[in-house]
Amino acid sequence: MASGIRDKVAILGMGCSKFGERWDREADDLMVEAFEEAITDAGIEKNQIEAAWLATAIEEQHVGKSGVPLAMALRLPLIPVTRVENYCASGTEAFRGAVYAVASGAADIALALGVEKLKDTGYGGLPQRSRGNLNTMWWANFSAPGSFAQLAAAYRAKHGASRDDLKRAMAHISVKSHDNATRNSKAHLRNAITVDQVLGAPVVAEPLGLFDCCGVSDGSACAIVTTPEIARSLGKRDLITVKALQLSVSNGVEAQHNSWDGSYFATTRVASKRAYQEAGVKDPRAEIDLIEVHDCFSVTELVTMEDLHISAEGRAINDVLDGFYDADGTMPCQIDGGLKCFGHPIGASGLRMIYELYLQMQGRAGPRQRAKEPTLGLTHNLGGFPHQNVCSISIIGRA
Amino acid sequence: MTRGILAYGGYIPLRRLSRASIAQANGWFNSALKSRAKGERALANWDEDSVTMAVAAARDCLGERSRDDIAALHFASTSFPFLDRLNAGIVAGALNLKSDVAAHDHAATQRAGTSALALALEATHAGPQLVIAADKRQTKAAGTLEMDVGDGAAALLVGSGDCLAELVGKATRTVDFVDHFRADGFAYDYPWEERWIRDEGYQKIVAETLAALLKETGITPADVSAFCMPCTLPRVVASLAKKAGLRGEAVHDNMNASCGETGAAHPLLMLGHALENAKRGDFILVAGFGQGCDVLAFRATERIADFAPKLGVKGHLARRREEKNYQRFLSFNELVTMERGMRSEVDKATALSALYRKRDMLTGFVGGRCSVCGTVQFPKSNICVNPNCNASHTQEDQPFADLPGKIMSYTADELTYTPDPPACYGMIQFEVGGRIMMDFTDIDPRELEVGRDMDMVFRVKDRDPQRGFIRYFWKAAPATGTSDSGG
Repeated sequence: MASGIRDKVAILGMGCSKFGERWDREADDLMVEAFEEAITDAGIEKNQIEAAWLATAIEEQHVGKSGVPLAMALRLPLIPVTRVENYCASGTEAFRGAVYAVASGAADIALALGVEKLKDTGYGGLPQRSRGNLNTMWWANFSAPGSFAQLAAAYRAKHGASRDDLKRAMAHISVKSHDNATRNSKAHLRNAITVDQVLGAPVVAEPLGLFDCCGVSDGSACAIVTTPEIARSLGKRDLITVKALQLSVSNGVEAQHNSWDGSYFATTRVASKRAYQEAGVKDPRAEIDLIEVHDCFSVTELVTMEDLHISAEGRAINDVLDGFYDADGTMPCQIDGGLKCFGHPIGASGLRMIYELYLQMQGRAGPRQRAKEPTLGLTHNLGGFPHQNVCSISIIGRA
Repeated sequence: MTRGILAYGGYIPLRRLSRASIAQANGWFNSALKSRAKGERALANWDEDSVTMAVAAARDCLGERSRDDIAALHFASTSFPFLDRLNAGIVAGALNLKSDVAAHDHAATQRAGTSALALALEATHAGPQLVIAADKRQTKAAGTLEMDVGDGAAALLVGSGDCLAELVGKATRTVDFVDHFRADGFAYDYPWEERWIRDEGYQKIVAETLAALLKETGITPADVSAFCMPCTLPRVVASLAKKAGLRGEAVHDNMNASCGETGAAHPLLMLGHALENAKRGDFILVAGFGQGCDVLAFRATERIADFAPKLGVKGHLARRREEKNYQRFLSFNELVTMERGMRSEVDKATALSALYRKRDMLTGFVGGRCSVCGTVQFPKSNICVNPNCNASHTQEDQPFADLPGKIMSYTADELTYTPDPPACYGMIQFEVGGRIMMDFTDIDPRELEVGRDMDMVFRVKDRDPQRGFIRYFWKAAPATGTSDSGG
């Protein structure tokens, strides 16, 4: 096995724009907003950045293809800029590119920036796009909520959970994220809600109601990474380093082979195990302090708790309802509001998750700061659909 | 060698629009509708047209029978979705008929079904001939035709040798009698006065053809057990039968109360219905009227009892879901402009080269079976999907259309655009292996459950409003006999 990425790369600075319906901002405005915070935090000059990665998923909706939009927005000095896309896990993909560049020695300082400007479609929800010439001719006419909603049917069938119990746990997840976001000034949705509101909301895709679905937002997030040695030479103390970066991509087994039962994410189970190994984590439930997961829908967050090997299989409902993942629980999940309420500007989301862990570890998370600063955190950034997806896991922590 | 009918089948869409709901909606405008507000008419789902109904009727007719010997496909309709693209070619593809099959579209008259049947019976020396008729006639709101017609299809396999019913004889007349017409570029029929159609059309043209048939064949009129002739005008068929010397009981039920008149398909649908009840030696006449007349006579043989279609006309009549929502009928038939929302605006251009390249997959619903490990999968791929095999270039053809499947996961989606929300879809798992995340159709969201048995049906996937193209693919529908809708 390869030696892995553990402690080879440190985060030098991070930034994140306000997420939400940014009617008065173009994509380049959002990129600059996140970048200015990050470069100030890093304490370097722009011309010290030697390579950059740009993440956008629905680029035809805003900036278009290639690395050019990032180079133009930031006026980067003719350095390599690569645009990456891996469904909703694009943000972590940009981070992976920058981290690997530093780890390989190809660049001393590298930039990862994710951006999405989604609120120019004229309607709510994700933009409706062609899925390709052949796919559109046979794929089901599914939406994102409709594909994730099916986790509920399969999970119930497998574990014998009642619809009501599952719906209550899902509601708890959304209420918790809304509550967390009230303490986050950059979040898209900052209103507290009640379980009754969640259960009484209009159905989007059975059994998901309106409050089981995350926000669709405009926003940008950004990381500047370097080696621990350079970070220290720049005067940084108490470094936060990358412990693991893992990616698992469906190869068609879930979609086409009857070995998958539809109730879990096969990729998440694999990527998280590899990440724990890379980071040297033996018992994630005991060792990890804080997690940010891809809660595109409440049911996604629920089954992900099991796929990360934190809740035992079939026990996520109990852990959720017991408050294990609440802001004041043992292992807060989405302490910043998550995709649900911080918002989901697709290309930015993976970097936004890392941003929150980074702030919490430095004690800079303001009203939502954990009393005891976390030292080890995990992000889970998922793209695609339960039956074919990409899952990106990162673990970061104190050096 | 005798020639005649080797197999028969039918198809009637699940939904039946109650005529009372039509009268309730339109009676204020056309008070004559109120007196006709009895029974119901078959209503094609939004994803059905003449092509999909033809495929369904042919599958009902052919069942498990091998299709490799079928020499020709004759498809009759007055509502073909394509004016210049062989509609029978789409049907042949969906049925996986061999590529050396001859295929013909028979159009432009209500007797296209009987004319296609007559022609096919002349060609049986070449091998079995599959005759399908299907119609989904477009009608204006609040007209009587809207009440009279229904959507449906019928299929007959004819050939020489051991027939269920042998051809006794046929007679035909061609007269440019224009009871109604629909000119190029027009969506709806333009009819003339019913009394004139009755007196100068049916009472003369049909009577003359029927008399000629009886004379030529020497059939004793009183021996005829079923006279299958569509006509929505009251008492016309009874009067024709009486004039020809047929017994009153021979006038076959035109299914007006339960289905409505299915255009060019209706004579063959009535024939199929009659064959389901026929006994050895029965004489059955079938007539089609439209710019002339065809009458064909069959006699049931001793084999008539040996055959049953998969569901048949009677089975389809019993398998029904009452529809009282007239607005839904208007919407399905684009008789009202619905606000479909921006999500419906996605460009649905079809890459014809990709469709052609993948025609076995998309139209024929052929997947793969690994010759090394036996794993069944959809679609075919270069490398076997079984993670314990992954053999390269081992995929053999595996047809999926007749595989029983079960729901593994599902949802009812209120967000995605569909003409009939909520969009129900999910993962279908096949007993022999393989699974597909696919659209469901003809399902009530309350019927969604893990483990439900589902059948595969050929349906419209998308219509491209910009270019008029129609994409077809397969969907999952509640298995026959498992739905609350009966059948």
